[in-house]
Amino acid sequence: MNKLKEVLQRLRPEFNKGGKYEKFRSTFDALDTFLFVPGHTTHGGTHIKDGIDLKRTMFMVVISMIPALLFGIWNVGYQHFRALGIESTLLENMIEGSIVVLPIVAVSYMVGLGIEFAFAQIRGHQVNEGFLVTGMLIPLCLPPSIPLWMVGVATAFTVVVCKEVFGGTGMNLLNPALTARVFLFFAYPAYMAGEYLSNGDFLWVSANRSEAIEGFSGATSLSLYGEKKAPVASLWEMFVGLEQGSIGETSVLAILIGALILIITGIGSWRIIVSVFVGGFVMGLILNAINAGLPIKEQSIYMAANPLSHLLMGGFAFGAVYMATDPVSAAQTNLGKIYYGFLIGVFTVMLRVWNPAYPEGMMLAILFMNVLAPLVDYFVIESNKKRRLARVK
Amino acid sequence: MSTSTATQTEVKPKSESLFSKKNRKLLTDPLDGNNPITVQVLGICSALAVTVQMEPAFWMSVALTFVTAFSNLIISLLRNTIPSRIRIIVQLSIVSLFVILVDQILKAYVYDISKTLSVFVGLIITNCIVMGRLEAYAMANKPLPSFIDGLGNGLGYGLILMIVAFFRELLGSGSVFGFKVFEAAGIPFIGNGVMMIPAGACIVVGLLIWAQRARNGYTEAE
Repeated sequence: MNKLKEVLQRLRPEFNKGGKYEKFRSTFDALDTFLFVPGHTTHGGTHIKDGIDLKRTMFMVVISMIPALLFGIWNVGYQHFRALGIESTLLENMIEGSIVVLPIVAVSYMVGLGIEFAFAQIRGHQVNEGFLVTGMLIPLCLPPSIPLWMVGVATAFTVVVCKEVFGGTGMNLLNPALTARVFLFFAYPAYMAGEYLSNGDFLWVSANRSEAIEGFSGATSLSLYGEKKAPVASLWEMFVGLEQGSIGETSVLAILIGALILIITGIGSWRIIVSVFVGGFVMGLILNAINAGLPIKEQSIYMAANPLSHLLMGGFAFGAVYMATDPVSAAQTNLGKIYYGFLIGVFTVMLRVWNPAYPEGMMLAILFMNVLAPLVDYFVIESNKKRRLARVK
Repeated sequence: MSTSTATQTEVKPKSESLFSKKNRKLLTDPLDGNNPITVQVLGICSALAVTVQMEPAFWMSVALTFVTAFSNLIISLLRNTIPSRIRIIVQLSIVSLFVILVDQILKAYVYDISKTLSVFVGLIITNCIVMGRLEAYAMANKPLPSFIDGLGNGLGYGLILMIVAFFRELLGSGSVFGFKVFEAAGIPFIGNGVMMIPAGACIVVGLLIWAQRARNGYTEAE
């Protein structure tokens, strides 16, 4: 490691202003600070004790995603063998899962970082670390059967249209990972919703219909509910994550471990996380009440669903913990964060139950609230002003 | 963006040849540097609505070019007799005359296209480009330059429409003018649904504006 450091030190002057490779400064900087502690310190009369910069923030988020990633890999393998009706060990599950998941992660990072580096180079600014998180979130919110080229296209789309157009990291209006997902959802709907593809491959399980055992269903709990059927998975299975779904979203347990890391380090806002869950639960209760008031014929099993199941199904927990808390696109004021999260929860459950065209409401609810977040902040600040002015009089 | 960005109210010297520098500039300016869609951001509605496929987009461009050019010509001929207080209604009636004409011709000769374009031909009457050129140019200039100006703006609109439609049809349905290119080349192709919805046109137009501004070094005025 020391050798590498020496090499980098020796090369540094070449990349400084006037050096031979001046043009590649940002690329060099990115590599250098990625491997070692940045060489610059704060100077002047600052009172910062611990300079937690973007790189460390982003790294903590990536670490908090590791439980979900590991569980996702295991679950992809587990579901694969379950579909084939074969008993499998932990190791077999992990190997099978890695074969499916790691290429998706690799494509997402390669395409995304490639474009980020290119833009940094052209515009002469530093390569930012924002993509470390986005690059991991994209694979985790996609179905395991997604073709790799689609991952590449969606990543390229989101980096260019969602981030770079607005000025790069920290400037985006929408959550980049969700923009990638929403792009795929509208561009290739057959690959993002349903039970299996036209060639017979299951959408949410890496297996083909022809090789699966009899009676195996590739439908997720969400799509079963959407068809007015009761889901197969129990609440406990949903919580642990023993069901089909996007790679990283199935296990609420793993996601909650991540949430704990985010909250303890102070990176993720607990206000948002908690209020999303509360919002979803409250809307679930409201739907139950409405359903009970309807004539028997119009009652639906989805509206009568246990509110808890809404929080455990699909990408609800994943969205609440990793997507809604994105500090760039979320509301900024503390009170605003609570409204913002609560409305995400409410809209998610509403979309799921009342709009059959969108089996998963989380994605659209978060994007919608991303757009409304500045408005939420505006009203919070205005009401705060009003209250304080009233006190003066 | 409003029509006021396009005011060109200079009065021309008397005798001038048809292909003088000024006249040529009138024709070519709207194609790039002063494009009605990408620079003035007018006529966006129809640009989003009719660009799913190239053929309807082509006929829409022809229709709009025809309407803009001839209503510019007629208004310019009448410009000294139109009382300024009722000029908008006079302009509208001239425009609607040509719009109805075009609509009937399309219905008679390319009925399928006319059905695809549906209300958007009729809506040319409210197209900002047509009204914008009448107000900004034809009301203050001689007939011939006005006609050329209308033609140029119609072509500028058509150019962008065709580029947008090209990408949308190619990526959305894998064809160009209805000819399945990917199928013919034997490449497996999966249509991109985003390109089939108006949001796709919005993104393509946006990227086009980006590319054009990067090339021309255009920056937003403070």
